[in-house]
Amino acid sequence: MTAATTSQTAGPYWHLIDFPEWADLLRPDGPNAGIEGGERIVLTGRITDGDGAPVTDAMVEIWQADPEGRYDGAFHGFGRCGTDANGMFRFVTLKPGPVPGRGNQTQAPHVVLTLFARGLLKQLVTRLYFEGEKLNETDPLLQSIEPARRGTLIARPTGTPGEWRLDIRLQGENETVFLDV
Amino acid sequence: MPDPIGYRRPDPATQPPYDLPTYGSTRPRHPKQPLVRVPHTLSEVTGPRMSPAWYAPHDDLSRHNGKEALGERIIVAGRVLDEDGRPVRGALVEVWQANAAGRYHHPADQHDAPLDPNFLGRGRVFTDEEGNYRFTTIRPGAYPWRNHANAWRPVHIHFSLFGAGLAQRLITQMYFPGDPLLAYDPIFQCTADEAARNRLIAQFDIAITQPEWALGYRFDIILRGREATPFEDGAGAH
Ligand SMILES: [Fe+2]
Repeated sequence: MTAATTSQTAGPYWHLIDFPEWADLLRPDGPNAGIEGGERIVLTGRITDGDGAPVTDAMVEIWQADPEGRYDGAFHGFGRCGTDANGMFRFVTLKPGPVPGRGNQTQAPHVVLTLFARGLLKQLVTRLYFEGEKLNETDPLLQSIEPARRGTLIARPTGTPGEWRLDIRLQGENETVFLDV
Repeated sequence: MPDPIGYRRPDPATQPPYDLPTYGSTRPRHPKQPLVRVPHTLSEVTGPRMSPAWYAPHDDLSRHNGKEALGERIIVAGRVLDEDGRPVRGALVEVWQANAAGRYHHPADQHDAPLDPNFLGRGRVFTDEEGNYRFTTIRPGAYPWRNHANAWRPVHIHFSLFGAGLAQRLITQMYFPGDPLLAYDPIFQCTADEAARNRLIAQFDIAITQPEWALGYRFDIILRGREATPFEDGAGAH
């Protein structure tokens, strides 16, 4: 048995493999063209570092289930978005449904976020949950996190219909909970 | 539904830390709180199915718009396997790199080295049924960075891989044998385990080398293996 290959930083030039349209999972010429049903949502947020500065060169990827909570359906739940000059990311997608957990548990609707950047020798993984979901109160992962830090995983409505925001703090006060996956 | 079979946790000595004082950019970007360990669920053991129908392969970086890029043409090939030696089939492999002069086709790269209009430095290939991938490119140049005095990155190609599950997602860099800059590079030197870091160095391979055309390098990549062998082939995309 050989151990898995060592991770290395994506560095500052990963834009060469980024195609900005991938941030819109519902693009008319994309893999989800023609998919019916589900609630269209926008996921946005700002990434800041331990100095409070925006992280303007992060590559954010999402992975999520479809509105019925399936990962093996027709919906392609993958997107990629580079942060802009203000450290902001923005995805257009469908709201995922609840997903089976381990045992007989149910996981609240969530989106997995993976971050790559200069200064990250391996990716950082976290999750985005939705404020107000009843299932948040019984979600095994959320409930395993101390209450004071749980909120760093919960997106809130921005006021624009269908738009949710979750800011990510890599380090320091209100540091986002990152996951050892 | 039975619980999904998780992926094995890596030996910490074979993977980099988040906080590496010799690599300055890690200082404000590493989390100070411990990571929260997640028992693997469907959210971690599944991953996107990357079909060539939606992500068109592009396996020849050595020419653009029908014109040859400058520099030494090379072929890079290898296998993508899991830790149990099983091929990872249909894996998406993305690569990006500097040109022969050590300059990226990227607005943020201001290194005083020439751009090559015939070299964009990005490619995309998929592994076959045996986990094999292959692409043609130009040997990149070394380039300076501002991490420390007189800092130069060794010659490298960036690799991005999607296996069967999110937990297998990997971004890494491939280096070239005999590069004197490896000894000075904190990114290459980031692991405690010397054997692990040396596996980031491709090997010259006369069997991949094509006569009168291009030198060949072999670079095999290992993705995390499952905690137990699934009854069905776990390498399939799900
Ligand atoms: Fe690089």
